[in-house]
This record gives sequence, C-alpha cells and structure tokens, in this order.
Amino acid sequence: MNPVELKYSKEHEYARVEGNVVTFGITDHAQHSLGDVVFVELPDEGATVTAGKSYGTVESVKAVSDIVASVSGNVVEVNTQVMDSPDLLNSDPYGEGWLVKVEADDLSSLDGMMTADEYETFLAQEDH
Amino acid sequence: MAAEAKRTPLYEEHLGAKAKLIDFGGWEMPVQYAGVIDEHHTVRTKAGLFDVSHMGEIDVRGEEALAFVQMLITNDASKLEDGKILYSPMCYPSGGIVDDLLVYRYNPQHFFLVVNASNADKDFAWMLEQAKNFNCSVENVSDQYAQLALQGPLAEIVLQRLTTVNLAQIKYYTFTHGDIQGISCLISRTGYTGEDGFEIYLSPEYGRKLWQKILEVGAPDGVQPIGLGARDTLRFEARLPLYGNELGAEITPLEAGLGIFVKLDKEDFIGRDILLTQKEQGIPRKLVGLEMIDRGIARSHYPLQKDGQEIGFVTSGSFSPTLNKNIALGLIRAELAIQGETLDVMIRGKAVKAKIIPSLFYKRST
Repeated sequence: MNPVELKYSKEHEYARVEGNVVTFGITDHAQHSLGDVVFVELPDEGATVTAGKSYGTVESVKAVSDIVASVSGNVVEVNTQVMDSPDLLNSDPYGEGWLVKVEADDLSSLDGMMTADEYETFLAQEDH
Repeated sequence: MAAEAKRTPLYEEHLGAKAKLIDFGGWEMPVQYAGVIDEHHTVRTKAGLFDVSHMGEIDVRGEEALAFVQMLITNDASKLEDGKILYSPMCYPSGGIVDDLLVYRYNPQHFFLVVNASNADKDFAWMLEQAKNFNCSVENVSDQYAQLALQGPLAEIVLQRLTTVNLAQIKYYTFTHGDIQGISCLISRTGYTGEDGFEIYLSPEYGRKLWQKILEVGAPDGVQPIGLGARDTLRFEARLPLYGNELGAEITPLEAGLGIFVKLDKEDFIGRDILLTQKEQGIPRKLVGLEMIDRGIARSHYPLQKDGQEIGFVTSGSFSPTLNKNIALGLIRAELAIQGETLDVMIRGKAVKAKIIPSLFYKRST
C-alpha cells in the first residue's frame, strides 16, 4: 500500500516532507510498470532542482523515464546506494529506494499533489 | 492500445499468466511475465517458452520456386539440402534490407519463409511483386499457424517428454514434421536467443494446448513463459539483428555484419549490384560492439560521436543481464571501427564515454 504520510504526483512519484526537507522517490505503481530498474541518474549533492522539471532519469531494461522534482531547492543528500543497486527501487521504493533529499525554497508546489487516498483513486481511474 | 490490435491464439494464456501486454507491430503481445531479467536468466540457464505466433509465414510453391527464392534473398538456397533451413537478408535494389527471414526448403518446388511480424504485410506485397516473372505461387499463410519457441539448454530434454520424434536427430537449422502430444507440428531447431532450442509451428486451434503442456512438463525444471522484453535482451547479447534496429531499408547487410549471408558469387539477386560495389569499394559503415565506460545506458538511435563529430548511431543498447553491464551495438563509419578505441554516446545531449569491443557479447559454451 502507498504510505499515508506521503504526497503523490500524477507522474507516479512521491514526496516525503520533513520540515523543509523533501525526499523524492517513485511509487510502487511506477516501479511495477517500469519493470526491473537497471540504472538511475541523479543530480550531485548541492545541485539545484526546479519544481515541475526533470532532475534525473530512472531506466528499466526497456524504458527510460524522467523523474520530476516536486519542489524547487538544493539537493542536500543523494541516495548513492540506488546508483549501485538500482533494484532497490523495485524492492523497496518507499524505503531504501528513495532518490534525493531537497531543501525546499518553499513548499507551495506540493499543494497540487495527491494524498494516498486520492492517489489510489487516481490509479483506479487510470486502469480503465 | 489500438482497438484493431491483433491477438495470437495464446492471448488468453497471457492474460491468465498476468503478463504485461504491449503493442508490437500491430500485435498485442506479452512483454514480460515474471520480469525481464528473471526471464532472461531462465532461458540462459534452463529453458523458456515464447509465444511467437505473430511471426509471418509465407508458402512458395511451383516449378520455379527455387529460382524465385534465389532472386529474392542474398543467401544461396540452391546448395541447401531438403529439410534444412537457412537465414538470409532480403534486399531492395538499393541494397537496403526489406527484411531478414528463415528459408525452409522442403524441395526445390516448395519453400516455407518465416518473416518478422511487423514486416509481414510489406514482405508479402514485395514478394508478390517479385514473383510476377516466375512460375510459382506465393501465399501468405500466417493465419494458419501458431508458433511457439522453446529455448534454453533444457529445451530438448523438456520437449522430448511430449513426443516420440527423436529430437536429438534434428540438427541445428534443420526441421521435420511430427506429432507432439498428438498434435501435428513442424519442428525446427532454430531460435532467436543464442541458446539451443526449437521453434514449433502448429495449427492455431492447438496452440493453447501445447503451450499448457510444455509449461506443465517443464515446471519441475523451472521452465517459464518468456516475454518480448527478454527476447530482445537475449537476441541482443547474441548479436542477432533486429529489423528496425540493426537492419533497415537504409542499411545494407554488409554494413550490418551479415556478409556471410550474402553470396555475391551465386546467380543474380535483388540488390547484388550495389552490394558488389560496396564490397569492392569498401563498406562505408560497420556494426560494432560497445561497452559503456561512463555511467549510462546507450539506447537505440542515440547519436555516436568522436571528437565532437557525429560518426554513427546506436542500433540497440541495454543492460546485459548475462554480463551484468551496459552494452550496445552501434553502426559507425568503418574506418573508426577499431577495437579498444573510445567514442561518445550522446545521452540526452551529454557525451558519455564507451569503448569498442567485440560485438558477439555472448556465445553459449556448447
């Protein structure tokens, strides 16, 4: 199930908000539709990301997928473990498979994101 | 998914197995079941079952069937024995490739041609046009066949449980007719994975029965259904070309590294003049193997550069499950195709370094 404390985007990414630090990742649905993740490209620590813009890519055997920042700010931590073991995105997308932590300039861009309940409804609709 | 997508006789089996379905050349096909990497390893170490019923089959019969086939393909079917199979490109007069195909020879008056699903209609129209001057019939019989491929080191052991046909006697690139579980089949020792295995052609109405039976008797050995995703990584590691990637109307078989399937010394065939000229004057481009040095995966159609100059493009690229690294095939200017040299793969505008390596990434040990 999708954790209730997270925010979700229509691009099947999540944001975990802790103070003004936001952790980005892809949802369980995203990892499932991508299939085996074999490569992750992430920005360096200290890089700037912009809400709504791509900050990296996640690649499965067959597909290349852009990952989109949900807030603007500075990258304060990069999960280097997923760069060596991209399969963590498949096995634990909400835990060890997180991608980057961003110190947000402001959190208003999160307002358009969905709650876990809304995301479940969104997924159900997308299936049809 | 397009409403008019075609489905194979195995469609219900794929749904039942919870396969992920995609559109492939107008067909609704399984891309994966358990997962591409898992399926890939199953075929390399055990055996996997593929639904390849989307492939096109064309029957050529008549007095001049051999002469027609000889004009059509670049390889030489005149020296092929009855009951044997050859692989060949089929070219335009420009030397570019219409498709690549398997040619089954029953006898000089009867050939069975197997072509790519996404090219089947185009190929059939092309063949009809070329057959005008020959005394032979060309019939698209694709609808009359389901095709299953059982591939992997355990393929023979598993399939032998279902038939009295002595499979050990079916040598690589030969075929026979026989019953499997009472179903009349064309059994061919061919495949598209780099492993030993069989391709089995049968009436569509028995497709599901044979599919279920093979999975059932293969279950103790770990036989699994395999989707098009792993089919692609398997064929890619074994440097088996794919139309639309390594092959196309703008690429000659000599450039694609298929020179051994181009018999310039046989009688005339379509494309011969251009291919002869290329051979004499030098082949402009060459297919090379690439291994990524920097982090990244080279994908089909990404540009390749050397010292900032474009020198070619990636034809196929992937994470290789067998080698556990990121590799690719690229078509580049022939004079730059030097083993050990480095070049840049342009990934979303960024130069990512790769090294030229031998392109046969995987070869089975037997």
